[in-house]
Amino acid sequence: MNIELVKLQDISRIYQKGQEKVEVLHKLNLEIQRGDFLALMGPSGSGKTTLLNLIGGLDKPTSGSVIVGGEPLHTMSSGTLSTWRARHVGFIFQFYNLLPVLTAQKNVELPLLLTNFSGKERAKRAATALSIVGLEDRAKHYPRELSGGQEQRVAIARAIVSDPTLLLCDEPTGDLDRETAGEILELLQALNRNHEKTIVMVTHDAQAAGFANHILHMDKGTLAKEMAA
Amino acid sequence: MKYFYLVWKSLWRKKVRTILTILSVFVAFLLFGLLNALNQAFGGATDLANAQRLITLDKISIINSLPSAYLSRIESVAGVRRVAHASWFGGYYQDPRNQFAQFPVDPERYLDVYPELSIPDGQREEWLRKRDSVIVGRAVVDQFGWSVGDRIPIYSSIWTKKDGGQVWDFEIAGVFDNDDPRGNTAFMLIHYDYFDEGRAFGNGTIGWFILTIDDTANAASVANAIDTQFANSPNETKTDTEAAFAESLIGQYGNIALIITLILSAVFFTILLVAGNTMAQSVRERIPELAVLKTLGFDDGSVLRIVLAESTMVMLVGGILGLGTATIVVNVLLAGKIPIPGVYIDAEAISLGLVYMLLAGIVAGIFPAHRAMRLTIVDALSHV
Repeated sequence: MNIELVKLQDISRIYQKGQEKVEVLHKLNLEIQRGDFLALMGPSGSGKTTLLNLIGGLDKPTSGSVIVGGEPLHTMSSGTLSTWRARHVGFIFQFYNLLPVLTAQKNVELPLLLTNFSGKERAKRAATALSIVGLEDRAKHYPRELSGGQEQRVAIARAIVSDPTLLLCDEPTGDLDRETAGEILELLQALNRNHEKTIVMVTHDAQAAGFANHILHMDKGTLAKEMAA
Repeated sequence: MKYFYLVWKSLWRKKVRTILTILSVFVAFLLFGLLNALNQAFGGATDLANAQRLITLDKISIINSLPSAYLSRIESVAGVRRVAHASWFGGYYQDPRNQFAQFPVDPERYLDVYPELSIPDGQREEWLRKRDSVIVGRAVVDQFGWSVGDRIPIYSSIWTKKDGGQVWDFEIAGVFDNDDPRGNTAFMLIHYDYFDEGRAFGNGTIGWFILTIDDTANAASVANAIDTQFANSPNETKTDTEAAFAESLIGQYGNIALIITLILSAVFFTILLVAGNTMAQSVRERIPELAVLKTLGFDDGSVLRIVLAESTMVMLVGGILGLGTATIVVNVLLAGKIPIPGVYIDAEAISLGLVYMLLAGIVAGIFPAHRAMRLTIVDALSHV
């Protein structure tokens, strides 16, 4: 039985750029089932990242409703959204966005600082997350001492350490070579299949999108069509 | 506290810049400590003054002597409990650069009116017994490496001996301390009788009287009674509280407190600019990182506190090192070696310093912290 995790209704997002209003999303509707692995494709400026930001509670729609896990994100205050993100969403970025002053272990522990776990418990959970991504032996390394693929694995460990329901990936393989990208996508696929994470991935790469269960194409702020992965 | 590691590591993102900023804070609080100690010595002299002690000296100038016969007349004034006297000896040890204060005094009377001067009983007895002996303050003993039993030649530039010589030979009978850690021990006490008999001129005169009174509330009336007694005499007197006496002496140096306050204000203003600029740069460079923290769920308040904690930590690290160094230098390394009494960094100055560090940290960090707090995640992530 499919259980709906994300429901977007009549979403519009308009940005004010000087005197001009730019509509990035136009009356968009979307439902994502729990446990799905969805790839969002489309040309630059089609609104993929904006859509991802709305699902992740990083941004609010100009109109329409965003309901994730039954909670209406479009009505939440900034503080409530922060707490919600910490509990329910993991983010993976194209350029990893690790803190360069922290080791891999400490980067992964970051989201757990927002919990009531003890230092020992935080370290234990971070070590588990690092072992899931196969980097347990790089825990003490700083980002500058890791390859791009390893950095992205640390970023994935950071995204899953607090056991969120939803993983949002913005071009997660955009900065990696083909082979490393394949490894990262296999890891995401494993997280989706073995750990039941719902994944929404923005990508330009059709090969990367092939790892998803569904592919949605966007164009000019609307969903163009759905393709089988 | 759980953010401490994150804050500490972020602080060292640009090591050279952080070290330079901490160094400037270090210098500021080193100056704060040293100048505060100096201010304490000047301003604090009045604090150290005993409210029950009055000083009687010549109305025209402290340089003029008073007849020693005044002692019994002052002692007879109602409300006066005990009278001591002291004179200026004006000597040095071996080299004119080795100046320090020496006072010919009546030993028992002097120790009675200055109960804060402590000396072992045996040494006190020895001093009372031997007329050519002296007791020396801890600061002087430490400065010259003297010990009890040493004989020391003191050259007086004022008092020629009856035999025409100017070198007075004394034996050290004891070493005294001051119960108040800020108190002065940079002087030596000589038997007045021995001094008066030995000097070629000025016999029977003393420099000033120190008297204790029964009730501090009567200080003005007692002082007035004493001065009235000697009005229209060849040696008119001026009697005042010890605090007023100290204040008038300090006043000769100008408004030290104001000068020190102005210097420190300039130093702190500069430090605020330096630290504020450092924090602003640091936040500007870390916009994507701060956006990531927000993305992970750190709310606006947490981000504000993290940046403020960083700037406060810079101030605390530099400030504690600076003030700590000043405290060690003044209270330990230079203790007793500074010719100005009361130069001391006390707990109050250290507490004040800590408050300044926290305030400076908040002031220097508030604008960058506010900027970090107001970052919009979507905009900030686009800086990557």
